[in-house]
Amino acid sequence: MMEQSALFEYVLRMSDDSLILAQRLGEWCGHGPILEEDIALTNISLDLIGQAISLYDLAADLEGKGRNHDQLAYMRYEQEYKNVLLVEQPNGDFAMTMLRQFFFDAFRLPLYEALMQSPVEQLAAIAAKSVKETRYHLKHSSEWVIRMGDGTDESHKRAQDAIDHLWRYTHELFYVDAIDHALLADGKIPNMETIQAKWMTTVTSILQEATLEIPKNNWKFEGGREGRHSEHMGYLLADLQYMQRAYPNMEW
Amino acid sequence: MSTIEWPLWEVFIRSKQGLNHKHVGSLRAPDATLALENARDVYTRRSEGISIWVVESAHIHATDIDDAASFFEPSDTKIYRHPTFYEVPDGVKHM
Repeated sequence: MMEQSALFEYVLRMSDDSLILAQRLGEWCGHGPILEEDIALTNISLDLIGQAISLYDLAADLEGKGRNHDQLAYMRYEQEYKNVLLVEQPNGDFAMTMLRQFFFDAFRLPLYEALMQSPVEQLAAIAAKSVKETRYHLKHSSEWVIRMGDGTDESHKRAQDAIDHLWRYTHELFYVDAIDHALLADGKIPNMETIQAKWMTTVTSILQEATLEIPKNNWKFEGGREGRHSEHMGYLLADLQYMQRAYPNMEW
Repeated sequence: MSTIEWPLWEVFIRSKQGLNHKHVGSLRAPDATLALENARDVYTRRSEGISIWVVESAHIHATDIDDAASFFEPSDTKIYRHPTFYEVPDGVKHM
């Protein structure tokens, strides 16, 4: 595979993770459990959209077919989105949303930290800018996981239920295929096993503090990285893409 | 569902230019750590600050509005407490 197109795919996967999770968080706008948290969730959503724009711009450059970030974000079909299944899962209750966020943040932070060393300059620059935002996201989601887990019986149960449900989607965060192998061999991207080890350390220590348990069940779901999505993705895209599909190339 | 409200917190922010933390508003949070995070999200979205204080509103003691007459009015008539009350004699230098 041409290295340029491998890098395009790699960056696209990251952009899609950011965009789809941002869309999910945006659904909380006006519906947050309290006003302060409503603003916090939409702040995180906007950070992720900002990261997605930078990553889509880079992807568009690498692709060199004249597409811009809006076309990449809004004008592709479901199978062309390469985000992990975790980020497209429905918001559920606040515990489900926060655990999904926590699992993702704990993955994104070590990834960005490592990508800051990448010889691909634009990618290293995006990572350096995003790492500060992501550090805050992880702090925020960790604080909530600890408080829900170590809170009331009700909050503990909801947090544990969310973990039990979402755990099956966490393995895919560390998915690697020929694209990753090619880029890793060239020293362009970090080794995913290192990222996974850091993720596991964070998750283990926070869940322990929260008195929550890692499920014994090791059932794994994947497919997102290859464009095979869960049944929720189509509905999400219908919302996400409506304006650009109805009014192509609109801006405001 | 619980109907217990989280405590109210007063938020003080020091801007890039300002020396003092200034009161900017209040918010609800279950504890100090989350109060700081909420304050960051609610009050510093547009680079308003470089330092945040939060204080549980219950810990603030305030003057009673009904006491305003006895607390504050007496000073209105004591113009000699302002330096402008005093005339500087012509011969005084270095003032």
